Amino acid sequence: MTSRRRVHARLAGVILAVSAAMVLASCGVTRGSDDEGHRRLQMWIPNSPGGGYDLTGRAATHVMEDADLTGRFEITNVLGASGTVAMQRLLNAEGSNDVVMTMGLGVVGAVYTNESSARVSKATPIARLIEDQEALIVPKDSPFKTVEDLVDAWKKDPKSVTIGGGSSPGGPDHIFPMQLAKTIGIQPKQVKYIAYDGGGPLTTALLGEKIDVGTSGPSEFEGQIKDGSLRVLAVSGAERLDNIDAPTLKESGVDMVFANWRGVLAPPGISDETRDYLITLFEDMHKTKGWQAELKRNGWIDAFITGDEFGAFLKEQDERVATTLKELGLA
Amino acid sequence: MGSFDLLMQGFENAFTPTNLLYACIGVLLGTAVGVLPGIGPAMTLALLLPITYSVEPASALIMFAGIYYGGMYGGSTTSILLNTPGESSSVVTAIEGNKMAKAGRAAQALATAAIGSFVAGTIGTLLLVLFAPKLATEVVKLGAPSYFALLLLALFAVTAVLGSSRLRGFTALFIGLAIGLVGTSTGQPRLTFGSPLLADGIDIVVVAVAIFAIGEALWVASHLRRRPLDIIPVGQPWMSRDDWGRSWKPWLRGTAFGFPFGALPAGGAELPTFLSYITERKLAKNPEEFGHGAIEGVAGPEAANNASAAGTLVPLLAMGLPTTATAAVILLAFQSYGIETGPGLFDSQPILVWTLLASLFIGNTLLLVLNLPLAPVWAKLLQIPRPYLYAGILFFASLGAYSVNFQWFDLLILLVIGLLGLAMRRFGLPVLPLIIGVILGPRLEAQLTEALAISSGDVSTLWSEPVAVIVYVIIGATLLFIVGNGLRTMAANNRKQVSA
Repeated sequence: MTSRRRVHARLAGVILAVSAAMVLASCGVTRGSDDEGHRRLQMWIPNSPGGGYDLTGRAATHVMEDADLTGRFEITNVLGASGTVAMQRLLNAEGSNDVVMTMGLGVVGAVYTNESSARVSKATPIARLIEDQEALIVPKDSPFKTVEDLVDAWKKDPKSVTIGGGSSPGGPDHIFPMQLAKTIGIQPKQVKYIAYDGGGPLTTALLGEKIDVGTSGPSEFEGQIKDGSLRVLAVSGAERLDNIDAPTLKESGVDMVFANWRGVLAPPGISDETRDYLITLFEDMHKTKGWQAELKRNGWIDAFITGDEFGAFLKEQDERVATTLKELGLA
Repeated sequence: MGSFDLLMQGFENAFTPTNLLYACIGVLLGTAVGVLPGIGPAMTLALLLPITYSVEPASALIMFAGIYYGGMYGGSTTSILLNTPGESSSVVTAIEGNKMAKAGRAAQALATAAIGSFVAGTIGTLLLVLFAPKLATEVVKLGAPSYFALLLLALFAVTAVLGSSRLRGFTALFIGLAIGLVGTSTGQPRLTFGSPLLADGIDIVVVAVAIFAIGEALWVASHLRRRPLDIIPVGQPWMSRDDWGRSWKPWLRGTAFGFPFGALPAGGAELPTFLSYITERKLAKNPEEFGHGAIEGVAGPEAANNASAAGTLVPLLAMGLPTTATAAVILLAFQSYGIETGPGLFDSQPILVWTLLASLFIGNTLLLVLNLPLAPVWAKLLQIPRPYLYAGILFFASLGAYSVNFQWFDLLILLVIGLLGLAMRRFGLPVLPLIIGVILGPRLEAQLTEALAISSGDVSTLWSEPVAVIVYVIIGATLLFIVGNGLRTMAANNRKQVSA
């Protein structure tokens, strides 16, 4: 073997490795027939692998493929601007009959803070899948023992309480404390909110007592909560969570229910037949044992609604978020 | 000595054929994704998360750890050979590494990177075993003021690498800082020109690949006809005695930079590589060799990035704190097995944790065994005729940029910054200050914003933490020293003039 040829063999190796990595990245293997009951679909996900939408979207496609409800999914992560890029792309895909996208409350607000006109209410609503509660989390030695303590101190001097969350302005961890403040009579503009880049840095800030209160989904903090280094004052949903010993906001005397949710949209302008097909598909998925197992495994609350009901909910959420962000001067 | 026994038991568990196979797959896969700009270990791990449905926890975590370490290593191969860093932590490696490759010393550069990574990874893992539980409770006390001070120190150190012309050096630095401004900060879009595609800023890997690889390819293309081709000499395949002598100290110093920064929640892997580079340049016996392929400039940063990977596991294992994207995905894997992550992990899952730690040693050794013999083989890649080689580099760089999000816009950014790279070569602007500006600018701003937001705008918060005060004292002392030196030389010059 001449050295030139060996170089070529090596090059072939490199190309092979690269293509392996590419296949891995796109996961674009198609399987299954193309008959009407088994369409091949694309699932778009508006954040990076491992993120919340990604976990929900991949769990749903995994269940649908396992139960042989449809053809194999092609999953694409469309990154950028907390989901605004993906939302824009979904609206541009008007009339595409083979696309669905996982999204949630965070995308609703991101569209406003990124000054985009790609409102979620313009897309075709398919289904809301799950809900996640938000929690008010404090460090072990915090003076706040109950929600009442927090509300008292906060009302007395709004600037004295520093709140941190794992999402950028417009995301659920940001919208939640703003709506909470408004409920108890504090101007959202006066709320001191520090945005952290996800749960990790937020936990660090809480453990280091750099902030007074953290607002986030409690699942990322389970270890610290169990071991006592962090405490939960209250959870935001209508009912208590099984695995966390904390009251709801309502039980604590604050008349407010807040949930972070995730669902599935399709592009605008698709045929009624496709819309019905997709809704039925997700209804079938919702009935599988596999999906119920996923809910349990991830600690998600089942919040399944479809079609027009989901559409009305989207519209209401869109308006609510827009109002909050306008008051803050962010929309 | 409980830790030691537990570690030995960990080795026993990790040395099963199945687990060894997973470790092997892990490091190979990690090396492959490390090579490709755009696809990092974090994304690979996230895509592999579904294997947690069917694979034993220990095996899956062993593979994940292999991918993590492999990715840190793989990024350096393309940095050195093709001037195309695959990961942000190997951007600095490209600076001297690629110069070495062009001088026919690619094999040595790859070897010092491989051995340095091994040494640093092993020492780092050892430190992790010894200190993880104690260190972790301390590191969370550092807040935004301390990080701001540390970053300021790093920015201050940039002045050491501005190059011969201060004006050009500062120009490059400020272009870098300006690129770093792009994106949405505290909810306000800035320099995004109304496009959500720019809202997340421009990725440092894209900037580095564009400036280094695209800029160079364009430069070479524009000179190809005018100048005869330099033939890349074929050097020796292995490191010489002299190379060893010049490498071992930078490996150790790089480890000393990398591990603590990795263990700090907001430390990261880029900062220590760049601090290590500057230190080696200051300490080198032949500083003039820097910029032309100094082996110290590869050995130090490569050790630093692997040591920081080990450091990252300190807060992860001891407190359940993910401090990098990759660590966050590893945490997700723990959680999908229903394993409680958090402060109790060492106590509640001793076997799993120590098996993981043992497998880090194994993964590191595997990487060395796999990569060292390959170094001379990879080095031959450079003998491909120049036009084909650069076509390959362009293809590779574009593929990397495109594969992140599958949109043409990213290619446009790559090309525009590539043209900037060409212009910088034409006008003799140094590239390192620009890269450092892109890395440091946004982080400096983020920490300052956080510190001031928490203190409601009270500036005194910036020196409210002991670490911050110490760092400011160091900066102050260095400044005084420089000014004092300057005055003394001026005085000496004056005296000479008077006596003359």
